[in-house]
Amino acid sequence: MSAPYIPRDRRWHPPAHTPDYKTSVTRSPRLPLLSVEQSLSEITGPTFGHTALGPRDADLIHNFTGAPAIGERILVHGRVTDENLRPVAGALLEVWQANAAGRYRHVNDGYLAPLDPNFSGCGRCLTGADGSYTLRTIKPGAYPFRNHGNSWRMAHIHFSIFGAGLAQRLVTQMYFEGDPLRDQDPIAQTLPDPAALDRLVAPLDLNASIPLDSLAYRFDITLRGRRQTPFENRPEGA
Amino acid sequence: MPVEYPKETPSQTAGPFVHIGTMPTVAGFRGLEPELGQAIAGPACPGQRIGVSGRVLDATGAPVRDLLFEIWQADPNGIYNHPEDPRVRDISQDFNGFGRVAADFDDGAIRFETVKPGPVPGRDARMQAPHLNVFLLARGINVGLSTRLYFGDEDNAGDPLLALIDPPHRRETLVMAADGTAYSFTIRLQGARETVFLDF
Ligand SMILES: [Fe+2]
Repeated sequence: MSAPYIPRDRRWHPPAHTPDYKTSVTRSPRLPLLSVEQSLSEITGPTFGHTALGPRDADLIHNFTGAPAIGERILVHGRVTDENLRPVAGALLEVWQANAAGRYRHVNDGYLAPLDPNFSGCGRCLTGADGSYTLRTIKPGAYPFRNHGNSWRMAHIHFSIFGAGLAQRLVTQMYFEGDPLRDQDPIAQTLPDPAALDRLVAPLDLNASIPLDSLAYRFDITLRGRRQTPFENRPEGA
Repeated sequence: MPVEYPKETPSQTAGPFVHIGTMPTVAGFRGLEPELGQAIAGPACPGQRIGVSGRVLDATGAPVRDLLFEIWQADPNGIYNHPEDPRVRDISQDFNGFGRVAADFDDGAIRFETVKPGPVPGRDARMQAPHLNVFLLARGINVGLSTRLYFGDEDNAGDPLLALIDPPHRRETLVMAADGTAYSFTIRLQGARETVFLDF
């Protein structure tokens, strides 16, 4: 049997029940999660090859109509590694975001800001052998949402990540360095430790920018690592 | 001081527009092709074809209509389509194992077809009863929720995970009702019959 993953530190993640983010109140389990040993069901998980992706999936500037989207052109790049600092190769990253005006291309988004006819806001890519990835997109706008009377989301890109197994599955959001909305964003503030939020804030990366074309932001992602001990659990009572 | 390791990137909610990046046709446009998770088992896969339907309810009993529901399961012989399954060479033909379903925007209904998985080896060589592994994403869910769905017409008595659930009456929150080849579930995020969610 393959080595199991290091247990998740639930105190580092947002709690389920975060009353300042109102929707969590009725959607949060109140009973303790059941802690279980990992079996093949949790160590395995969906894996994806390059045949699953289209040629322009990683280029959100052009992947809707071919004509360029409006907005501040950026690269988002980084590495996906695990808690043992090993690269996670072949991880699937799926991203979605609002356009430069803060509007989503989604039947349920009624924000008054306009759609960009050349921007869909979805993209995806696989990490390379060293865990690296690069996406090209435009910087999303901030947008209001119904929470408090005047609640705004800081600019963000949603990320869904499939690592090597279900235990590494992670969904999160990337923020941008210097965003003035950080301290009042009710979703960013679900994180109990400001150091955890820091991990989601991508710094400007001038060296990775493309002169006369695009700025760049760096977003490194850490997935759970595997236990290194060769000793296996014995069944209880054995 | 204990040894320090880099910490896992923290989770954030998927929000209500998760479909854009995962199932854009549900969001209302054509974007990523192919959309992933659209066939857990293709037509050439052997095994018993089944239909699964259900809903995920919030604390007020209202269905979660912006939900994204992900399934990961073994094939009819209990083999996962994954390099770390020691039997993967014998995986059924035309079998993927990964499925993705968006709840209906009007009534929250979740419906999909698949093949019934076989029993899966657990740790310590104890067999696990056939089950679907489920991962739930939605607005208001800060960390994606993991649970399992078992089959009401299987012998679940010896399943090592169900045996851990205490009090025992909560085990039934993970067991689907069977009606021939149709199975149905209700997942409750909160309340009197709150579903058992997993930390693994
Ligand atoms: Fe968002």
